[in-house]
Amino acid sequence: MPKVTVDGVELEVPAGATVLQACEMAGKEIPRFCYHERLSIAGNCRMCLVEVKPGPPKPQASCALPAAEGQEIRTDSPMVKKAREGVMEFLLINHPLDCPICDQGGECDLQDQSVAYGRGASRYDENKRAVTEKYMGPLIKTVMTRCIHCTRCVRFSEEIAGVDEIGALYRGEAMQITTYLEKAAAHELSANVIDLCPVGALTSRPYAFEARPWELKKTLSIDVSDAVGSNIRLDSRGREVLRILPRINDDVNEEWLSDKGRYQVDGLTRRRLDRPWIRRDGKLVAATWDEAFTAVAKVNPGKSVAVVAGDMVDCETMFAAKALAGALGSKLLEGRQTGLDYDCSNLAAVNFNSTIAGVENADAVLIVGSHVRWEAPLVNTRLRKAVKRGAKVFVVGPEWDATYPVTNLGNDLTVLDKLPKDAADALKNAQRPAIILGGAALGKGALGSALALAEKYKLVREDWNGFNVLHMAAARMGGLMLGYAQKGGIADLVKAKPKLLISLGADEVDYTRFADSIVVYIGHHGDKGAHAADIILPAAAFSEKAGTYVNTEGRVQFADQAVFAPGDAREDWTILRALADALGVNVGFDSFAELRGAMTRAVPVLGNEGLASYGALPKAEKAKASGTIEAYPIKDFYLTNPIARASETMQRCSAELLHGEHFAEAAE
Amino acid sequence: MSLQDKDRIFTNLYGYQPWNLKAAQARGDWDNTKKILAKGKDAIIDEIKASGLRGRGGAGFPTGLKWSFMPKESKDGRPSFLVINADESEPGSCKDREIIRHDPHKLIEGALVAGFAMGARAAYIYIRGEYIREAQVLEAAVQEAYAAGLIGKNACKSGYDFDVFVHRGAGAYICGEETAMIESIEGKKGQPRLKPPFPAGAGLYGCPTTVNNVESIAVAPTIIRRGASWFSSFGRDNNKGTKLFQISGHVNKPCVVEEAMSIPFSELIEKHCGGITGGKDNLLAVIPGGSSVPLVPAAQIWDAPMDFDGLRDVGSGLGTAAVIVMDKSTDIVRAISRLSYFYKHESCGQCTPCREGTGWMWRVMERLRTGDADVGEIDMLWDVTKQVEGHTICALGDAAAWPIQGLIRHFRPELERRIADNVREAAE
Repeated sequence: MPKVTVDGVELEVPAGATVLQACEMAGKEIPRFCYHERLSIAGNCRMCLVEVKPGPPKPQASCALPAAEGQEIRTDSPMVKKAREGVMEFLLINHPLDCPICDQGGECDLQDQSVAYGRGASRYDENKRAVTEKYMGPLIKTVMTRCIHCTRCVRFSEEIAGVDEIGALYRGEAMQITTYLEKAAAHELSANVIDLCPVGALTSRPYAFEARPWELKKTLSIDVSDAVGSNIRLDSRGREVLRILPRINDDVNEEWLSDKGRYQVDGLTRRRLDRPWIRRDGKLVAATWDEAFTAVAKVNPGKSVAVVAGDMVDCETMFAAKALAGALGSKLLEGRQTGLDYDCSNLAAVNFNSTIAGVENADAVLIVGSHVRWEAPLVNTRLRKAVKRGAKVFVVGPEWDATYPVTNLGNDLTVLDKLPKDAADALKNAQRPAIILGGAALGKGALGSALALAEKYKLVREDWNGFNVLHMAAARMGGLMLGYAQKGGIADLVKAKPKLLISLGADEVDYTRFADSIVVYIGHHGDKGAHAADIILPAAAFSEKAGTYVNTEGRVQFADQAVFAPGDAREDWTILRALADALGVNVGFDSFAELRGAMTRAVPVLGNEGLASYGALPKAEKAKASGTIEAYPIKDFYLTNPIARASETMQRCSAELLHGEHFAEAAE
Repeated sequence: MSLQDKDRIFTNLYGYQPWNLKAAQARGDWDNTKKILAKGKDAIIDEIKASGLRGRGGAGFPTGLKWSFMPKESKDGRPSFLVINADESEPGSCKDREIIRHDPHKLIEGALVAGFAMGARAAYIYIRGEYIREAQVLEAAVQEAYAAGLIGKNACKSGYDFDVFVHRGAGAYICGEETAMIESIEGKKGQPRLKPPFPAGAGLYGCPTTVNNVESIAVAPTIIRRGASWFSSFGRDNNKGTKLFQISGHVNKPCVVEEAMSIPFSELIEKHCGGITGGKDNLLAVIPGGSSVPLVPAAQIWDAPMDFDGLRDVGSGLGTAAVIVMDKSTDIVRAISRLSYFYKHESCGQCTPCREGTGWMWRVMERLRTGDADVGEIDMLWDVTKQVEGHTICALGDAAAWPIQGLIRHFRPELERRIADNVREAAE
């Protein structure tokens, strides 16, 4: 623990800290452009210069200098002030005076820091440099004349995303940041470079010229595009969410967000259900709420009711539906739309027990039937970190590009009963071995064999639980906790032939199996579920309602409401409450607070933000793995849910990045 | 008293004899190298330290001390490497070229001796891309040495395994900076690294590495053979030994010549170069150490001793001892402006002050050349050079700033005259 002095204040800093970190601990702001906590140190912007004694009689880059015992650091001396002014002046001489037409305006590091540390006027009279734009795909808009060459984007794609796509060409003044051969940046985290860019060189293409940051209302929310539960911020103006940005949560998403979570936002205003619809003579016709409720009441289902929950619904909606079904006398609830029927009697067996942050400490990982990069891109970055620290990764299932070295053990699940020697040795000798079971493996009934493996290789130890199931739906863990699981999966619902099937935004269900049921679809997008519905009750998307979500590691998180649902659409719980009246039953709540209260009384952990505890893993029963994994459930990363499918941006990403279609550049 | 032929290290500097192994051996190279290695690592390093040899690449860091920074033995299995800097791109410098052209075996033998002393597994000779013939000669010489068993497995039958690789650059000046050179050898964009960690701790491929200039390495075997006291008998204290001087510009006979350190400038010019064109009084200024050191006006340079300390005292530096002589026919502003253009062109673009500052300085220099400027801009330019100097990752920023500082320090009246003339012409 070296002791240093910052501007006369003595303090102790942790070993290995840099001078910059020491200054921050002392409460001093150090301006910086290239330095970023989660990236390697480049030391090239020279904005963080401070005076350090002992040392050469010139300012030192504090981001790259290790703090050492007895250092005297000054951040307020004339030398430092002059150095900052000098660097700022250099940064600005070739930076265009674009601020009025630049999307970064108002949230630009260069703007802020030039006000705080700049000289106020330029002495540069020559012509400024101009750089041609670079094409970086449908998400990233480039104005490379604004680039200050901090190389954050280069380091992000190389280190975090693991895709060597962005780099620098030429040298000196002529240096340019570009993608290799100007191909689109094609990975699931590409848009994070927009957040990282300290200036307006890389901005959001879909959001271009939409709004200024100070016009936006900021709402804290949770991403529902996958089961990671990334913490996000919804920036809205009026009735429209204009963009989605990640929030920092080191336990979940650090400060990244997948491109889908970020850019499905334009899907929130397209193909929306904004009024009730009733099927008459095989055709859906618009209706009023009264007509819709009357139509539901006319079904008069009695006990013959079933509820199927979609992938993006919140716990409150599921609980309200459960209460309605319960009041009618039914317990037919299911959330696993595609027919999965794994055993849910012990939720520890279907949870991501290592935790998302914890899995980066694993030193041997066996992935069974999970395309982690598409199913949970931000878990993949954690695995990449683990590999960088020396972890060995083995994959059972079709090959996919993991961005780190893996050993593929083939598609045949029988390999689980007898792992090849290298994989077995790696798991046996590991301090923190882990297994990750994906949807494809659950579908083949591999849960039992995985639990047997967990026992054999002692995946659960003191301070370590290496047994993980990686879900893909934001609603999954919450649904399982609320009992949305039948023993035989959705087949049990089919067998029961319910008169009334309530679909909570379930768009992946094969509704032909419910041909005899009246399907009431409570959802927000005119997607597959709505097409199959007999009665459509328009509801709110995740941005339009408050709600509780549980991510794949069992983390309970709350989201707030940013905007109101369009047209006649209502929040889901109010619809279910009104349905109770229409069907003549009492569900026991009249307000959202009462609903939430009832829910936390029923499932107390849903009331506490943070990790839920599911206890110990069940004893493994004798199970034999069989079958082969032919493919992963996700066929198209960009189009996995109704919001994304409605999003023009996601459609374009899918077409261009996955299917190689070319788009003509629109002239701006 | 100047250097006698018997005390010259580079006996084939002018190529009067062939460069090949046979001729080199006749000149004394590779003469019982095994015996040198048998002295042991520490003895070799101590001998080099005692000789007072300072790095010949420009910075003048004591060579023996540099070698002693290398780990004595690998604790974690990492090998050590020697990187030899033959990326001689400094305007005015051409000594390494002559060594490689005519005496490559001195360099290869030096690589073995130095590499052995620091426990290096191999030497990488990074040769400038433009040195095409020289690279061919060097590669052929390395092959000869391999064939004769002088390097490779059991080099010189000493029991030590040592490889020499020739790596060709692509013509970037910045790759002469030691960490940029390491990046370049690794196949990356040639950009200097942050220090610390220093190469002796984590250099080439993350292994302990020493980067030395060609001349520093090539003189090592001769120093060991003839003894540290012989080498240190030349030059002043702290500036020992012999040195290759490269005199170009307005002298009657430009040349590369080996001379004792601390030889006065006047003697160097009069004796080896046939004097200044037009006589002593025609001398305007001298850049004594390659383009990156400030110029020195005639009056101050004439009697100055040509060594590290002597030139530092006149506000300049020995650098690579590339002496650029300019007589009064020189457009001094244009000359420095051209150097500014060179640094603008060769800046790697990694860090801000150098990337942006070199272009700015050059543009102002170009206007000062024609006088199309304001007198106040001279002070502004001075300020800009100070904003670049000492604020960058590597020394290229300093190198770009110093020539301009030298110009302003010594030739400010000339700059002001041009501005005044320009204003007058515009008025007429």
